[in-house]
Amino acid sequence: MDRSVLLAQIPGLRRYARALTGNTWAADDLVQDTLERACSKWRLWSVGSDLRAWLFTVMHNLYASDMRRSLRRQQAGTPVDVDTLTHELAAPDDTMALEIDLQRCLLQLPEEQRTVLLLVSMEDMSYEQVARVTGSPLGTVMSRLSRARSRLQQLLDAPAIAPGTSVPQSNAAPVLRRLK
Amino acid sequence: MDSQSSRPLSDDELHVLVDDQVASADRSALEARLALDPNAQARVAQWQRQSQLLRGLHRSVLDEAVPSPLLEAARQTATARQSADRWWRLGGMAAGVVLSFGMGWLANTTWQAQHPGSMSAQLPASSEFVRQARYAHAVYAPEVRHPVEVTAAEQAHLVQWLSKRLGRTLKVPNLSAQGYELVGGRLLPGNTGARAQFMFQNGAGTRLTLYLGALQAPAQSEAAQETAFRFTTDGAVPSFYWVEQGFGYALSAPLQRDALMQLAQAVYQQL
Repeated sequence: MDRSVLLAQIPGLRRYARALTGNTWAADDLVQDTLERACSKWRLWSVGSDLRAWLFTVMHNLYASDMRRSLRRQQAGTPVDVDTLTHELAAPDDTMALEIDLQRCLLQLPEEQRTVLLLVSMEDMSYEQVARVTGSPLGTVMSRLSRARSRLQQLLDAPAIAPGTSVPQSNAAPVLRRLK
Repeated sequence: MDSQSSRPLSDDELHVLVDDQVASADRSALEARLALDPNAQARVAQWQRQSQLLRGLHRSVLDEAVPSPLLEAARQTATARQSADRWWRLGGMAAGVVLSFGMGWLANTTWQAQHPGSMSAQLPASSEFVRQARYAHAVYAPEVRHPVEVTAAEQAHLVQWLSKRLGRTLKVPNLSAQGYELVGGRLLPGNTGARAQFMFQNGAGTRLTLYLGALQAPAQSEAAQETAFRFTTDGAVPSFYWVEQGFGYALSAPLQRDALMQLAQAVYQQL
């Protein structure tokens, strides 16, 4: 494998990790963990298969197990990060405010729904690819996609939160996690 | 208009429209039904807008310079993969294969330092084996009149005889595709048991020897279920050797590494 091929994957991985975690440093940590695990687990990757899909699969597994271990810490952390950003903005333009708002809404989705939605909409993966990356059946992927889209629409339609307002803790409370 | 074409669309059908994951023929049929379903139209519009927003999210990260810890992690991964690719190109490796890299092959030897459990730390018997292989090559390859004990003219007998002595059914690889033909073979002593040496020669007179034999006493060979590969140029003759299921194999020839690796691949696949 050409080193430049691997390097070319990093910006995409960083961006996806940013949207997944909502936190710049957590995102880069996740990418680093992914690259390091890819180094030690190379035997599991057969030559000729899709490098990008495999890296996303490694990242997905790492993130899912991270989430299982520190769900509360993660959710408590992210609103602070987003609020810090909004405090620093003197006169946020519409795009930035919208982006912060979108990220905030994304973080209120359960992790499995957020993952599927990002892989489909941000990463343009086919449903079959998403099923492989997440290790779930296709039906589960479609069901999560439905819930993610419906839920995100509800969040986007909710009354806008003014910059500088802290997110009420009830919104950031652990959501009901279905085992599915 | 039949009831089929006015059926409300399911969620799955809406998704494929939004994500364009449907063949164009099916797409027209879906769009026709969509035109009759205002609820679905609203949802498709909403979801398309969501996708648009998500495609734009954090786009600036794509243009950022990659932080150096990530560059370093990528560099190590790429190096490990590159070495792995060479091995995987050999193809047809046994399950449970364990790869070992000799010093001087890997450009970056820190990989070995980070993986102390690799086979290279566990093959002391093999370095003696490959040394013997080299000596045998050095002694017999230059021989003009008696390079081998039994010639290729008696190949069946040769294989039967050496198989019996080594305690395992042997197979002589056919390297005619690579331009090498069998000269013959001989029986040799080894500290862990009898060894066999097969000699091949190409049109230019270059000689190649395949040296093999049990690495452990027969009673212990069950334990050695792993395969490991190593390339070394410590001595005068480059050798490519591997261990599989308690047997050592060494291929020696005065060739460049890549040429020798190709031959080793051909041999490995046939044995």
